[in-house]
Amino acid sequence: MFFQQLINGIALGSTYALIALGYTMVYGIITLINFAHGEIYMVGAFVGLFATAVLKVNVFVAMLISMTVCIVLGVLIERIAYRPLRKSSRLSALISAIGVSIFLSTLAQMLFGANAKGYPEGVFPVKQITIGSAEISTLQLLIIAVSAALMIALEFIVHKTKIGKAMRATSEDYNTAALMGINVNMVISFTFALGSALAAAGGVLVGLLFNAVSFNMGLMAGLKAFAAAVLGGIGSIPGAMLGGLLLGVTEVAGVAIGFSSYRDAIAFAILVLVLLVKPTGLLGRKIQKKV
Amino acid sequence: MLTLDKLYVNYGAIKALKSISCHVEEGEIVALIGANGAGKTTILNAISGIVPTLSGTVTFLGENITAIPPHEIVKRGISQVPEGRRVFANMSVLENLEMGAYIRNDKDAILEDIEKVFVRFPRLLERKKQLAKTLSGGEQQMLAMGRALMSRPKLLLLDEPSMGLAPMLVAQIFAIIQEINASGTTIMLVEQNANMALSIANRAYVLETGEVVLQGPAAELAANPDVRKAYLGE
Repeated sequence: MFFQQLINGIALGSTYALIALGYTMVYGIITLINFAHGEIYMVGAFVGLFATAVLKVNVFVAMLISMTVCIVLGVLIERIAYRPLRKSSRLSALISAIGVSIFLSTLAQMLFGANAKGYPEGVFPVKQITIGSAEISTLQLLIIAVSAALMIALEFIVHKTKIGKAMRATSEDYNTAALMGINVNMVISFTFALGSALAAAGGVLVGLLFNAVSFNMGLMAGLKAFAAAVLGGIGSIPGAMLGGLLLGVTEVAGVAIGFSSYRDAIAFAILVLVLLVKPTGLLGRKIQKKV
Repeated sequence: MLTLDKLYVNYGAIKALKSISCHVEEGEIVALIGANGAGKTTILNAISGIVPTLSGTVTFLGENITAIPPHEIVKRGISQVPEGRRVFANMSVLENLEMGAYIRNDKDAILEDIEKVFVRFPRLLERKKQLAKTLSGGEQQMLAMGRALMSRPKLLLLDEPSMGLAPMLVAQIFAIIQEINASGTTIMLVEQNANMALSIANRAYVLETGEVVLQGPAAELAANPDVRKAYLGE
């Protein structure tokens, strides 16, 4: 029972982590809470649905298509809605982000209607595997494996590649990064691209897991992932991974011991508790004022 | 090599630079001295493209670079060691140096240059893998200078290299600045420690509230009674 719930929690938490990474990376670089990020995840789920249902491709190809579309979308959003506001107050960019979020979810509602849609049957063969007393579905394994692979790839990019190191430098000190000859705008675009790709993958995986894709799915998922990012320490990449997993596991545990009607409240209750004790989040750095 | 012509910079309503004109010739060490808030750092940041200019021009090697973004200015051959060193605290010494070479793609030559930095600053070699935040102030200054040299600049802008360092370290850093200059890099130096700056510079400019009030050969300025009174503590 415990093992079963743990796997359920990790699978759910992995998807939170995938979305949370986008929040945390963008915040790390331009200290903006990208409230449109949840909608990118929603678009990712819809593109995945389109790819599997209309183009009839397999799940992995669908995920790649979805990631590509969302990379373009994320980079465009930054160009159009955030970059012109970079020098104005932070509140302006935040309001712009909320505007983009409302625009995208309304657009999705107009295009696809208000009803939730499911992925075509048999797009991913779901089998139950029994390990001891636990029943694990192949879908859960897929989610955990894909999330883990993506997060390892992200760690590699951030720590071993030139552009990844430039990302870290820019997130530590924007002006000094520019003094190194780093094209800061390019690094910001790259950050949005990475975050959007992860959110898109998360969208496809959640679409498969709950078999429901709808125009408003980005709202709650976005809020929870944001909570996960803050829980782990906003700006910290390992923090977002840890926060996502913790949130998923706790949520599933809460449901398992009978608080299923408080499902969504659990995430935010943990957030409040952690912030009371450690305001910078679990792995957050001491807040340095950027000059 | 570098010419600033009637440069104006505002921070909101504050006039930070008021018609600054100055020049740096190839091979020189030029010092900018003056009190806090005189506009010394603003001049360096205007050259590097970090702060926008209101009017006036910055010309480097015959090219107008006034409106060029900072990363392009680095490619033209101007590198800056910012005030307060500004090393990337959560990156290793090696990674900081790699960031200094960001505009370059010649891998082997970059490795050679990293070795050269380690020869010049042996302390950094010992701490190669350590995060920059674990270094002492003097070591961070060395790292910031080594990092700026990694782009192979023609002109090196140094902002308050002596800030917060013990006198012995200051002497050491200034000796290294002279060495860097002797090996062919032109230097523009901003300092509050006017004594030190005038002792190594060829020429200097004295700034007050965003304006050049005095200029001339460093030795001449160092002998000027007004300068001695205002900046050399006499």
